[in-house]
Amino acid sequence: MSAIQEVETIQRALRAIRGQERWLVGLLLTAGWFLLPSIGLAAEGAAAGPTEYRDIPYIGSRNLVWIVAQLHLLLAGFVLGVPIFAWLCEVIAWRGGEKRYDKLAKEFTKLLTSAYATTALFGGILLFLLVAFYPKLMNYLTDVFFPSFLVYCLLFLLETATLYLYWYGWDAMQYGKKKTLHVFLGFLLNFFALFIMIVPNAWATFQSSPVVIADGTAFERAWAATWNPTWWPINIHRLIANVVLGGYICGAYAGVRYLSVKSTEDREHYDWMGYVGNFIGVFGLLALPFAGYWLMREIYQYNQQMGITLMGGFLSWLFIIQAMLIGVLFLGSNYYFWLGITYRIPGSEAKYRRAMLMMLVSLLLCLAVWMTPHSLVASIEEAQKMGGAHHPLLGVLGVMSAKMTVSNLMILITFMSFVMYWRAGKQDTAGWAKLGKAVMGAVLVLASLAVIVLGIWGYFVPAIVRINYFSTSQVAIVGFVILTITPLTALLLKSAKTTTEMVWGSMPPRAGYALVLNAVMVILLMTLMGYARSSSRVHWHVYGVLRDTSPYAYSPALGSASLIMAFCTFFFCILVAFIFWVATMGDKYKATAGSGKGELPHGIPAMAGGAPDERQQG
Amino acid sequence: MGALGKPIILMVGMYAFLKFVLPNIPGSAPLPSSLIFLYLLLTASGIVIFETLSGESKDAFWGPIQRFLTGENIGGLQALRYGVFILFPLLVGWQTYGSTAVSDLPPTESRTIHPAPPGEYTGLSNPVPKTPENIMQGKGFYAAYCSPCHGGNFDGKGPAARGYIPAPANFADPTTIAMLQESYLFWRIKKGGIGLPIEGAPWKSAMPRWEVELPDEWIWKIIMGEYDGAHQSPRTWE
Repeated sequence: MSAIQEVETIQRALRAIRGQERWLVGLLLTAGWFLLPSIGLAAEGAAAGPTEYRDIPYIGSRNLVWIVAQLHLLLAGFVLGVPIFAWLCEVIAWRGGEKRYDKLAKEFTKLLTSAYATTALFGGILLFLLVAFYPKLMNYLTDVFFPSFLVYCLLFLLETATLYLYWYGWDAMQYGKKKTLHVFLGFLLNFFALFIMIVPNAWATFQSSPVVIADGTAFERAWAATWNPTWWPINIHRLIANVVLGGYICGAYAGVRYLSVKSTEDREHYDWMGYVGNFIGVFGLLALPFAGYWLMREIYQYNQQMGITLMGGFLSWLFIIQAMLIGVLFLGSNYYFWLGITYRIPGSEAKYRRAMLMMLVSLLLCLAVWMTPHSLVASIEEAQKMGGAHHPLLGVLGVMSAKMTVSNLMILITFMSFVMYWRAGKQDTAGWAKLGKAVMGAVLVLASLAVIVLGIWGYFVPAIVRINYFSTSQVAIVGFVILTITPLTALLLKSAKTTTEMVWGSMPPRAGYALVLNAVMVILLMTLMGYARSSSRVHWHVYGVLRDTSPYAYSPALGSASLIMAFCTFFFCILVAFIFWVATMGDKYKATAGSGKGELPHGIPAMAGGAPDERQQG
Repeated sequence: MGALGKPIILMVGMYAFLKFVLPNIPGSAPLPSSLIFLYLLLTASGIVIFETLSGESKDAFWGPIQRFLTGENIGGLQALRYGVFILFPLLVGWQTYGSTAVSDLPPTESRTIHPAPPGEYTGLSNPVPKTPENIMQGKGFYAAYCSPCHGGNFDGKGPAARGYIPAPANFADPTTIAMLQESYLFWRIKKGGIGLPIEGAPWKSAMPRWEVELPDEWIWKIIMGEYDGAHQSPRTWE
């Protein structure tokens, strides 16, 4: 049978069932309903009381829930991060008049409809699996959080309606002089998305740091459980991480397209898109360590046992892996900035090569400190020579004072990489330029010294002084540098003369690979931290309240956990590639056939997310 | 080999520094191979990043490597090229064999240094008032029961310390008891090595289970004496 015959057969079948859709849906639902108890076939024996756990052979219920939950979380990060990214781009275009930002925002919003559906699909699968495999836990959580389940459903309805209005109304509002309304819709979309994130965060953080009150109404109990000690630290951490994920995935997409496009126009566009993605990812990344530190502090304060399990106990090696992944991310992001200086701004290499070398060496020294564990992996002879698992000289690099210091310095270096990129190819003309640069240089040097001094001093003061005053001062100093140098540089560049025009589309292929590598690192990091957060509860479903009595009440070793993390990362990349492919299918079709959706074969519905483009471009 | 010379010298220099110079600095010790590998990996990454920042430097760096591997215009180095082609797989094979073959050497140390304490010990506060008398009494108990291993100077260098692997903890080191709450020390002293949880296995702690010999009040006083004598403060949240 030829391909044409096959298509005709499918079309005939589709026409034949037209009008019978209700029957078909009913039939499928009935079949699903009858098949549902089959999950119970894997239930553990014939227990006397209510079923507490169910299992499935080979993969195991815990692993399956782990994979689906992680994929759902990654997709959720993507669909919550992309609207922030898209809305920011739209606002830049709206206020600044640069149309390419609007095009970029629209290009990414196009992904949302299919990405949103995929996320919801995985959320639904996760819910079914949790109800099926962990009925006791789900009963307990439902009892505590019932009111917030209803709020969550309402938020979903609002988010979905806003998303459809935002996407399908893009061109109508843009060309109908209602851009302000559209921008407001984008804001609403992000507003609802924020709450869609923080409501389930309450369920997850409750499991780690539960607040249980016996008295009160259902609402009061749910509210007390929601406002648990790690809820807001996780909310902030995930919000920033979503922006980082959105930015780096945008960068990776641009990187892949950049490597494959043929025309100069496309090369320029995707080169620029890669720059924007990396920029947004980096700026989120600068704030992320602070949010992570706050989260860990809250965990430690909430429960010493959990804090030690994470940072000093059996999960502590995980943070060395985290340091390595973040290190690659910092190196990759800076490398991309430096390549930009060399390739996009001709003639800049000679001027900045020495500065880039200094930054690279500083970054590597910081990374060396960050990656040095307190307790080293050593053979028995090596340990004997060291006098234990701690190196007498380098052991001091393994504790938080050193880690905080170098992470602050790495943030400063990365920020200065961007400033260098920003200034490259421009000549200051302002009368106060010399003074301004001297002030900026002094601020940077003094701030770096202050961060180092506080870091060393941190060894000689009680832990609480270091945590509450020194670490926060280090963060404040870095924040001060960013808030001082950014406006000063902007002011300087306002009157600066452009000596070399930026040449887009001239980056080497390795820049595209660096962008892809950054995205993979972020995804790996998210899977790693997902494992950390979940494993820190050890053998508890709800820490200290509801014990895990299933056969899986043990923490998998880091080695076997890393296999699941790698699988989740790989599968998520495949899913994202699929979403990009689906969302851009219409464009490719239009580009090759030169026709719109009117020419789609009969009987095949137009794809969601492909409409507004075709309507307005003509 | 012009542009390759500096990176090679840098790698060799770094290795020599980590292997021979750093261990001989006063107060230092030889680095484990895992740490040397980590630092060399960072150095190599830095070299690759720097040398590929521009087209010219990339060509100058990769060009000789590429020419050597393809055998293009390398003249007398042809024999060396074949030597590398033969030796490199053998080296990889030797490394693989070395890391997987059965050995009579004891396994690599991978114990958890700070296993999490049981829930009933978290959040306990020292019930003994922090008075000079109690601290002095605590130091006295410390001298009697703890100093043979942990040392009279709280530095982990007591007369019996040399008999133990791993060595007794050095309390004067700001990365040991200063990072922990008093309740953690109470648990470790009271339950000893035998009381470590399964996640702390292999336990490798010769710490006696002092609860069978000392009342809780004495243990709390010892903790105060330790912190005071080692010039450290316990971790607190207030």
